[in-house]
Amino acid sequence: MDPRTAGGEPVNSALDWLFNPDHWSGPTGIPTRILEHLGYTALTVVIAAAIAVPIGAIIGHTGRGTFLIAGLSNGLRALPELGLLTLLVLLTYVGLLPVVISLVILALPPILAGTYAGVRNVDRAVVDAAQGMGMRGSTVLWKVELPNALPLILGGIRSATLQVIATATIAAYVALGGLGRFVIDGNNAGAGSPDGYPQMAAGAIVIAVLALVVEGVLEVVQRLAVSPGLRNAATRKRTSRIWRKPTPELVGKST
Amino acid sequence: MKRVIAGVATALAATLAVSACGSSDPLAEDKPSGSASAGSITIGSANFPESQLLAEIYAQTLEAKGVTVTRKFDLGSREKYMDGLKDGSIDLIPEYTGTLLQFLNKQAPETEADEVYTALQKELPSNLTVLDKAEAEDKDAIVVTKETADKWKLKSIEDLVPHCGEVTFGGPPEIQQRPDGIPGFKKTYNCTFKGFSALEPGAITTKALLDGTVQAADIFTTDASIEANDLVVLEDPKSNFAAQNVVPLINKDKVNDTVKAALNAVSAKLDTKSLQELNTALDAPDKPEYADVAKDWLSKAGI
Amino acid sequence: MNVDWPWPWLPRNVDKIAEATGEHLYLALLPVLFGLIVSIPLGWAASRWPAVRLVLVPLAGVLYTIPSLALITLVPLLIGTKIIDPLNVQVPLAIYTVALLVRSVTDALLAVPGEVTAAATAVGFRPTKRFLSVELPLAIPVIVAGLRVAVVSAMSLTSVGALIGIGGLGELITEGFKRNNAVEMVVAIALILLIALVLDALLLTVGKLITPWTRARQGANR
Repeated sequence: MDPRTAGGEPVNSALDWLFNPDHWSGPTGIPTRILEHLGYTALTVVIAAAIAVPIGAIIGHTGRGTFLIAGLSNGLRALPELGLLTLLVLLTYVGLLPVVISLVILALPPILAGTYAGVRNVDRAVVDAAQGMGMRGSTVLWKVELPNALPLILGGIRSATLQVIATATIAAYVALGGLGRFVIDGNNAGAGSPDGYPQMAAGAIVIAVLALVVEGVLEVVQRLAVSPGLRNAATRKRTSRIWRKPTPELVGKST
Repeated sequence: MKRVIAGVATALAATLAVSACGSSDPLAEDKPSGSASAGSITIGSANFPESQLLAEIYAQTLEAKGVTVTRKFDLGSREKYMDGLKDGSIDLIPEYTGTLLQFLNKQAPETEADEVYTALQKELPSNLTVLDKAEAEDKDAIVVTKETADKWKLKSIEDLVPHCGEVTFGGPPEIQQRPDGIPGFKKTYNCTFKGFSALEPGAITTKALLDGTVQAADIFTTDASIEANDLVVLEDPKSNFAAQNVVPLINKDKVNDTVKAALNAVSAKLDTKSLQELNTALDAPDKPEYADVAKDWLSKAGI
Repeated sequence: MNVDWPWPWLPRNVDKIAEATGEHLYLALLPVLFGLIVSIPLGWAASRWPAVRLVLVPLAGVLYTIPSLALITLVPLLIGTKIIDPLNVQVPLAIYTVALLVRSVTDALLAVPGEVTAAATAVGFRPTKRFLSVELPLAIPVIVAGLRVAVVSAMSLTSVGALIGIGGLGELITEGFKRNNAVEMVVAIALILLIALVLDALLLTVGKLITPWTRARQGANR
């Protein structure tokens, strides 16, 4: 089967590979790889959020250290993940840790930027009201700014998650699992082999579908998580920008 | 508005200029060299250093005889570059008799060097042929660290069999399907490993073995890291891995007396020891270029 | 096993590095340029007709979400290229650029104040001239911002192609990885980073230079 010709054949071969029941069972099957992939992603995002949300919130609240946000976003967007990942593996060992470290580094900027923007953009009137009620600094942050910033924070986490799902495909190059496995193994098997390009294409389709499904789910989560006070029509125009992901423009796409 | 147009035009021109620097057919490798009188040939190589080094040796030998050579190196695994040989995008590639035979005929039983060579000649597609085989062999092998060999008293693959269930095996992804790979271990030795780790051939496979990420790995026998790290190559008494003599696989149309003489001269001088030395030279800490290592060897071998 | 740091590798391989860099720029920048050109009329259409906007914006979002390794792998399926074809990297990059910039262009054009377009029309500008002389220039800051992101992302995304053999500096990364040559890897990574940041600064500067009114306005507000 020659992928050099577009049209029915390669698509059919890819779909055949995709829907072959053999490929849906066992430790090398599609479901296992999906779970591995989501596992790497979840682990990474949790760690990255644990680091980036507090830092972003403090920078947003105090207004100090804003250079960190812009600088990191710019710099890390330009860093090639393939390079970071492979170099780290070469310097340490072949395993999960160097991969997770690289993925976390990549996931920090969107969450930092989202948290910072969220806290910063809280309506000054609301903050004044809170201070007028007697709340001090950290209480304001905790009880007022963060809840109001939640949509943008979730937007940042959403963007980070998609970023990590995309980058985790590279993990297969350094002997890990995940959905990239089908692309790498298929590539090594050679174009003419039934486990060659069809496997690559099938893997690519699953990756794309997974990314879109996760994006959709997170969009719903983000909307549901917005506090009712921010949902009514009067405030919606002012906050309408937050319904969209703030992120492509802020943090771009690096994988 | 004029200012905007001027600015945009400059930016566009700059982008075009910058990308034009590299744009002249970026995926074609070196420009052809040598005079046109003795014909032209395109040489390919697989995606591991030894293959590229051998291809470079072939290339320089042919260039010295006046053949115009185009290099298309690092094409990937055999499964990938066979397409190139079939459709003529490459004409010549260094190959290994045993695995090539098994690639063409999964059931091929031959394991002894001359038998493999003869069987191979019968299995080749009609447009391809092999020239003389070299004495040099580079086989896939199951390799363990000295510690592991001492711990389990391993000398041959048969000694490993009782421990296979504890071992995660590392190697290039394609050996999961190759007849002398994972299926072969099962069939010939009844060895089923606990797990498999797909690793790029080369430094990273050695590293995974040394770090203990895998307890046994498929490392080629002439790999410099075996000696450098005191690794142990397990013996293969049941001949799972057939003989692997280095041989030029070439398109019949490209075989003329010059080419034949040049390549056979290389094969005559290439023994396993030379191949190991070549690999060690390539792996030196200052990472010399393939072309230099090839040139050195050719002049020392008197070709 | 020790990682080798053969620093002499660097001066010895300047032409190899230069060639890889040129290839990388060809793979990364040409599609961004193409994407920029395509997104302007698309963004204009989306700003003018809500129906178009309703289709393009979500479509852009969907395309942008698809991971690059997936798109790079699927291009042969979609347009019949071989597996090692520069187009496999360039087509996804162009798609991502358009997906990113269409939104910027649309938003920027929609943000042009009604009074400004009304004034331009009143002064006698025909629609095309109005677009080129008034609306588009006003949209430039937003477009440049999007373009900076697109360029920087493209520099990094291109290296992913090396996983399936499509060149550029990414191939130095994979080669260094296979041969235990940390210098080769670091050089490639550093170059990608540096060139991306330089291009980013360049675009920022050019953007400011061709929109002098933004600076004037800031000055007036002080």
